[in-house]
Amino acid sequence: MATIRVQGEDFDAGAEAAALARGRKDVGAVVSFVGLCRDEGGRLAALELEHYPGMAEDEIARVAREAEARWPLMGVTAIHRYGRIAPGEQIVCVAVAAAHRGEAFAAAEMLMDYLKTRAPFWKRAIRADGVAEGWVEAKSEDETSAARWRAAG
Amino acid sequence: MKAVYFAWVRERVGKTEEELDPPASVTTVGELIAWLSAQGEGYAHAFEKPSTIRAALDRVHARHEAPIGMAREIAFFPPMTGG
Repeated sequence: MATIRVQGEDFDAGAEAAALARGRKDVGAVVSFVGLCRDEGGRLAALELEHYPGMAEDEIARVAREAEARWPLMGVTAIHRYGRIAPGEQIVCVAVAAAHRGEAFAAAEMLMDYLKTRAPFWKRAIRADGVAEGWVEAKSEDETSAARWRAAG
Repeated sequence: MKAVYFAWVRERVGKTEEELDPPASVTTVGELIAWLSAQGEGYAHAFEKPSTIRAALDRVHARHEAPIGMAREIAFFPPMTGG
């Protein structure tokens, strides 16, 4: 049921969210989230996102199936970009449709928390001064956020 | 078995993928990491802290104690930083 896309090119998050409810009369809530590339106070020139082709799509689909098993969702779309992404550009989008806002908000948040800790993507920071660049380190807060959903059953 | 590497694991090993032929005594993901770390300087650097290494068997996340079994592809990478 979920629409999963892993792509280099940008996307229209508004159109993706609208598409989930188009032509339906049972959808009462659409929640969408867009993750963007920050410039970290001017230090960052771009992010370079590496991914594991095949597994990236599979893993996001597994996460979407978990959300669908947990809440009565009417549509899920998840899009994640790879390659070079400049500050201000979109990196990731999740959109969820449901009858009520509670499950739509919760599912969108769980999808993002799981996507960050399980989908095989790695960010490399390219600095504005061009001097150094390095792999972004995983944050323990992201693991903590993802663990909430397991604890909550 | 095909091994694929990503992010700094790939950079340290110095290749994106290769065919591996470990001895029969290597049966789990963790044992393969230990064996790989003895295959040269780049491998030793890549796998110096096994606890930071994540793995996937045939494109599904696998713990270090997981048996490799008949997996055709094993991947090694750092903790993920997408989203």
